[in-house]
Amino acid sequence: MAIDLLYFSWVREAIGTGSETLDPPEGLARVTDLIDWLSTRSEGHARALADRGRLRAAVDQIFVGLDAPLGHPREVAIFPPVTGG
Amino acid sequence: MIRVLVQYESIDQATEFAGIMAAGVGGIATFAGVVRADDGVTTLELEHYPGATESALRTLAEEAARRWGLAAASVVHRVGVMQPGELVVFVGTAAAHRGAALEACAFLIDRLKTEAPFWKRETRGDEARWVEPRDGDTRAAARWDRS
Repeated sequence: MAIDLLYFSWVREAIGTGSETLDPPEGLARVTDLIDWLSTRSEGHARALADRGRLRAAVDQIFVGLDAPLGHPREVAIFPPVTGG
Repeated sequence: MIRVLVQYESIDQATEFAGIMAAGVGGIATFAGVVRADDGVTTLELEHYPGATESALRTLAEEAARRWGLAAASVVHRVGVMQPGELVVFVGTAAAHRGAALEACAFLIDRLKTEAPFWKRETRGDEARWVEPRDGDTRAAARWDRS
């Protein structure tokens, strides 16, 4: 099932796009498994996603830990810790 | 009254203040965040996660309104490119008494910094860098946790 991936800040810059729609393999149980799979897609993906300690995620716009179950989302966003205000 | 806004346009503090004032209660507190120039920053750019940002701000404003019994809460955050001296964020709260208004205002800005999906990039001359989160911000947000 296709997922809309969204990237922000330096994750977006390293990957080279702010969004892409991909069809990941079945059986990715957790967000971190999706990130493992994304890392294999290009050098930019690998570089952007290498340091898991600096990554945060949202599944269908709900902020979750990287070990959260992935389920069957429509949208997953991956980004660094937020710095607004 | 809850007002949550993410905008590219400059923040008009007089309009925002008047909106909070219209609640007609005795205590108003505001916080205004300004782009700093004191460390050589020439421009500040803010990126956000459209949709998720507004939901996060609304959730925080509703929590503040419930927890402190606010008559009004307003959070207006700017995105895009801005210059030193310009407003980045305006937070306003209105309550019957000052204690609730002041605490709710501090809660909103502290939690916004760690929970709302905004990212800052500073430019100094030709050099741009993404701002790193500060431990102090995490501690400031955590003081509002309820055990």
